[in-house]
Amino acid sequence: MTNMKKQKDTFEESLKRLQEISDLLESGTVGLEDSVTLYEEGIVLSKKCFKQLQDAELKITELKKQLEQ
Amino acid sequence: MKNALTVSELTREIKKTLEDRFDSVVVVGEISNFKAHVSGHWYFTLKDTDAQISCTMWRGKNSYVFFTPQDGMKITITGKITVYPPRGNYQIDVNSMSPAGEGELQAAFEKLKKRLSDEGLFDAEFKKNIPSFPQKIGIVTASDGAAFRDMISVASRRYPLAEIVLYPSKVQGEGAAAEIAAGIKTLNQLPDIDVIIIGRGGGSLEDLWAFNEEIVAIAVFNSKIPVISAVGHEIDFTISDFAADLRAPTPSAAMELATPDKDKIFAFINEFSYNSTANICDIAGNYKDTLKRINNSYGFRSPFDLIRNKTQFLDNLIFRIQSSTDIFFSEKNNSLKLLTKIIENNDISTQLKKGFALVSQNGKIITRSLNYDKGTESTIRFFDGEIKIKL
Repeated sequence: MTNMKKQKDTFEESLKRLQEISDLLESGTVGLEDSVTLYEEGIVLSKKCFKQLQDAELKITELKKQLEQ
Repeated sequence: MKNALTVSELTREIKKTLEDRFDSVVVVGEISNFKAHVSGHWYFTLKDTDAQISCTMWRGKNSYVFFTPQDGMKITITGKITVYPPRGNYQIDVNSMSPAGEGELQAAFEKLKKRLSDEGLFDAEFKKNIPSFPQKIGIVTASDGAAFRDMISVASRRYPLAEIVLYPSKVQGEGAAAEIAAGIKTLNQLPDIDVIIIGRGGGSLEDLWAFNEEIVAIAVFNSKIPVISAVGHEIDFTISDFAADLRAPTPSAAMELATPDKDKIFAFINEFSYNSTANICDIAGNYKDTLKRINNSYGFRSPFDLIRNKTQFLDNLIFRIQSSTDIFFSEKNNSLKLLTKIIENNDISTQLKKGFALVSQNGKIITRSLNYDKGTESTIRFFDGEIKIKL
C-alpha cells in the first residue's frame, strides 16, 4: 500500500517538477549544459506522466459497514 | 359501605377501560421536555395550549423515526394509551411519529442551523482546503444509488489515477444519519484518505433529512479529512452542507471539485513539451549567436595576429642562423683543404719514393729494432712493391 502511495505521489510531484523545469527554461537564467539536462529530464517526465494517466483505471474499494454497538 | 373497591381494583378498571377505548389513537401536538435516555428509549410530553400528556417511545420503535425530535416541533403520533398502576398515571405508548407538516421540518432545520452556527460549527476558520491531486477519495453514500454511479463516472473520466473508497450507507430513513456519521468516522481511521464526499441524489425534504441531523453535522465538523457535502440538487441545502469544508450542488459536481481534469493535465504536458522545446532551441540559438560574436571580436582575432608576428620573427631568426652556419662551414672547409694538403705532403708513398722502406711482421709495422723477431717472416714494402723474407 505504501508502495502504491509512493508511486502515485510521484505523479503530483512529477507535474510540479515539470512546472519547475518549464519556469527555469523560460527564465533563461540556466546555463546551456544545465538547460539541456533539465530539458531531457522534463521530456522523460512528461512522457512518463502521459503514459501513467492514459493507462490509469479507477480503483474502487468498498468498505464493510461497521455496525454500531 | 359495601361494594367498596380497593385502589388496585379501581385502577385495574380504569386501565381496562382506557386501554380498550384508546387502543389506537392519532394525536397532534407539540413536543416538550424531549429526553433520549441512554437506554435508547424516548420520553417527552405532547402538549397544546390547554393540555398535556406524557409519552414514551421505546427503542425498537423510535429507531424507525427518520428525524431527531426537538422541543417545539409539532408532530403527529400514533399509539395507544397505557396506564401505569404504581404511579396511577396514564401515557401514550408511541408507535410512530412524523412531523405534523413539511413546515415543521423546515422550522426544525432553521432552529438546528442557527444553534450549530452559534456554536461555531460553520465558521470559515475551520474550513479545510480540498487537495488538488487526491490519491484516495472516500465516499459515504448508498452503493446502489445514482449518486455513487455518477461520482464513479466523473472520477473515471477526469482522474482515473485516484482510488475510490466507498463506505456504503443508508442515505434516508431510520438510522441513516447514524450510518453516515459512522462512515465519516471510519474513513477518518484509515491512514490515507485525502478527501471525503458525503451525499445522495435528489428527494423530498424528508428523504434528505438524515443530512440535517446534528450527529452528521458533528461528524463532518470533527473530520480531520476535508469533507465535501453533496446532497440532492442545486436548490437543496442541508445542515451537512454548512458544516462541510465545501458544498457541492450535486454528487457529480462534488467529484468534479475533488479531482483534477485529465484533459487539462494532458494539455499541460503537451504545452510543456512544446514550450520547453522552443525554449531549449532559443537557449541554444542564443549561445550560438554569442559564440559567433566572440569569434569575430577583435580580442579573439588578436591571437592570430600575435602568431603571425611570431612567425615572422622566427623566419628572421632561421634566416640568420642559416647564414651564420654557411659562413662557419665555408671557413671549416678551407681549413680542411689546407690540412688535406699537409697530409698529402706527408703521405707515406712520398717517403717510399725517396728510398725508405717499411718492415712489418704479422701485419704490424716494426718501428723499433727491439720489436723485431728474427724467427718470424717479415714483409718489406717498397715504393713499387713488397718482398717477404725470413732470416
